[in-house]
Amino acid sequence: MDKLVNVYFYGKRYQVPEDLTIMNAMEYAGYRLVRGCGCRHGFCGACATIYRIKGKNELKTCLACQTQVEEGMYVASLPFFPTDKRTYEIEKIRPEEQIMMQLYPEIYSCIGCNACTKACTQNLNVMQYIAYAQRGEFEKCAEESFDCVGCGICSARCPAGISHPMVGLLARRLTGKYIAPKAGHLEKRVEEINHGDYDELIEKIMNRPVEEMRELYNNREIEK
Amino acid sequence: MLTAKMLESVKKVEATRGERMGMEPRRMTAEEKDALLKEFHPDYSIAGFDQIRVGQNKGEKAPLELVNLLHSNSRILGMPLDLTHADYDVDVLVIGGGGAGASAAIEANEAGANVMMVTKLRIGDANTMMAEGGIQAADKENDSPMQHYLDAFGGGHFAARPELLKRLVMEAPDAIRWLNELGVMFDKDETGRMITTHGGGTSRKRMHACRDYSGAEIMRTLRDEVINRGIPVAEFTSAVELIKDDKGQAAGAVLLNMETGEYLTARAKTVIIATGGAGRLHYQGFPTSNHYGATADGLILGYRAGVPLLYQDTIQYHPTGAAYPAQIFGALVTEKVRSLGAMLVNVEGEAFIHPLETRDVAAAGIIRECRSRNKGVPVPEGYGVWLDTPMIELIHGEGTIEKRIPAMLRMFLNYGIDMRKMPILVYPTLHYQNGGLEINGEGYTKTIGNLLVAGEAVGGIHGRNRLMGNSLLDIIVFGRNAGKAAARKAKDVTLGNPTLRHLEEYARELEEAGLHTGCVSPMLLPDYAGKRHM
Repeated sequence: MDKLVNVYFYGKRYQVPEDLTIMNAMEYAGYRLVRGCGCRHGFCGACATIYRIKGKNELKTCLACQTQVEEGMYVASLPFFPTDKRTYEIEKIRPEEQIMMQLYPEIYSCIGCNACTKACTQNLNVMQYIAYAQRGEFEKCAEESFDCVGCGICSARCPAGISHPMVGLLARRLTGKYIAPKAGHLEKRVEEINHGDYDELIEKIMNRPVEEMRELYNNREIEK
Repeated sequence: MLTAKMLESVKKVEATRGERMGMEPRRMTAEEKDALLKEFHPDYSIAGFDQIRVGQNKGEKAPLELVNLLHSNSRILGMPLDLTHADYDVDVLVIGGGGAGASAAIEANEAGANVMMVTKLRIGDANTMMAEGGIQAADKENDSPMQHYLDAFGGGHFAARPELLKRLVMEAPDAIRWLNELGVMFDKDETGRMITTHGGGTSRKRMHACRDYSGAEIMRTLRDEVINRGIPVAEFTSAVELIKDDKGQAAGAVLLNMETGEYLTARAKTVIIATGGAGRLHYQGFPTSNHYGATADGLILGYRAGVPLLYQDTIQYHPTGAAYPAQIFGALVTEKVRSLGAMLVNVEGEAFIHPLETRDVAAAGIIRECRSRNKGVPVPEGYGVWLDTPMIELIHGEGTIEKRIPAMLRMFLNYGIDMRKMPILVYPTLHYQNGGLEINGEGYTKTIGNLLVAGEAVGGIHGRNRLMGNSLLDIIVFGRNAGKAAARKAKDVTLGNPTLRHLEEYARELEEAGLHTGCVSPMLLPDYAGKRHM
């Protein structure tokens, strides 16, 4: 028999096996999830969750799919938060400081409380990446925010109304497109293909009998 | 955190590590691989399969759970729905909110079509988001599309459809370029050169990555682009059936609001099925690395409308799902961990297989090690083998794990396991649907001229096994192609009168075959309520 613990989903008590994640425990308790459940493995940010352990003051945040239940856990899920994504044309914007001022001016209202960092379910230094964005240091902002899963808990805790995940995303797209140097070998290969350099060769390999392909495959040289 | 028995085995792994560092385990011969697969790969299980008894693939086999869905009726059979009224009326309807669907929508929009997406969860709730290791493209000097073709064709047991595989490898470099131009941050060196590694079964290092968030980085960029372009996305809205017209064309879909239960209709001149995989059907009781909505919906509604399946009997089990702790049982441990040098090691500390054999071979090798050779490590859910992750730091230097595979480090650290210092326990997990709906080289289904399929819902691109990094690639290549083709085609399509007669015909066929499953399909979401599962 599994050891059971008491958890409270939206204030109602359930007894669940202690080795379950919060998400599995909700299902064990009988919930059939539509909201608040996506990839179930920590990549999509659908299952942002806020909880408090009975008798303790501290409010904690986590992803329900990546966190084990504890005795006395009061759980509320936050399946959606109205972050504010601004739209833009990626081909027209440039990685210049004023772009943040234009699209996300509220980042300059950051009061430095660090609530975003404390709340981050990925343990990212959120306030730091917002600081980089303020200074137009997009590459650093991109690096620092890279592991963001967009759960939105930072925004839920922010007194300045900043949509942190959207700021990080903009910085990453600017970095990927404009700041990181181009891959010359990639451009060259695309050109060769468009020029038809491989057309005959690919047709030839497509039309080889399977026995020949087997021979080629089993004896191909593998790069060290 | 680890049991005493595990810790005892870890000592053996540590004891042999120095010696293993200097050697490369032998790769198996073709004959050895065939024999291993026949005996231990789940695709060769007899009990796991049944015969399809209705429709285009009547008489062929498929996994039991898929057969059950194919043998079930539509949830809207006989329901009075007004098809002449369309809640949405578009040129191109994209069903599915993952990487293939988003790529298709962007290209259709670029081509000037009025396109919309419907998805049963949120846009981006898809296997794309969870792809960790990378994406292949032959763009280095020592590589070529032909070499890529050879690797994929051989790795897929020479069963891939040549016209599909050709498109995959020939359009791969342009797919990477397109993503990069959209702002995807690929791992590059300071000169801009892509940092590429091997995957299982590759003969050249052509795996491009974005740390171990490759799919997430691609998906969030595509999603952002869809929103920037103002493409309408109906979230929490499943397509539950295709609507056809009296000329036999696709004419839209019946939609279900997942929250209110309301049925809606979408009319469209071309339809793209991009509904993804089937991991949540838990074939043969396996855990899965797939997202919550991976229930083969597109296969069901396509099949019911008369589209044949191809290779529906072949499934990919990723060799390295997490085997311990129980909370992450079945979660993907990216192949990149092995690309970076970690070996597969048994309970005695022996490297029992080359870490970069193709996925089907590596998975079967692990199953053999545990089931037949009794050299697995006991875990609460069965057995696992070690993936010797500390080797990565020894080979590439301290800090490599944090830099190159941060998601893996984080996932295990959540449970007090530091993979930089300790090996981790793995066992195969249900990962990918090799088969799916059959399409031609242009992306269209063979039976319905204005219906396209893209992404994991397609069968035949990879054959009977898929190489790492070729799925992230196929969703982009075939997604983009489908979007362009659908936009073009929509200009020439004139729709007739909408009908759901195909549902009645299918029901009649089931009746005549004496099939009564007691279920309706597609499944839409797995039923985990009230159960203990991982």
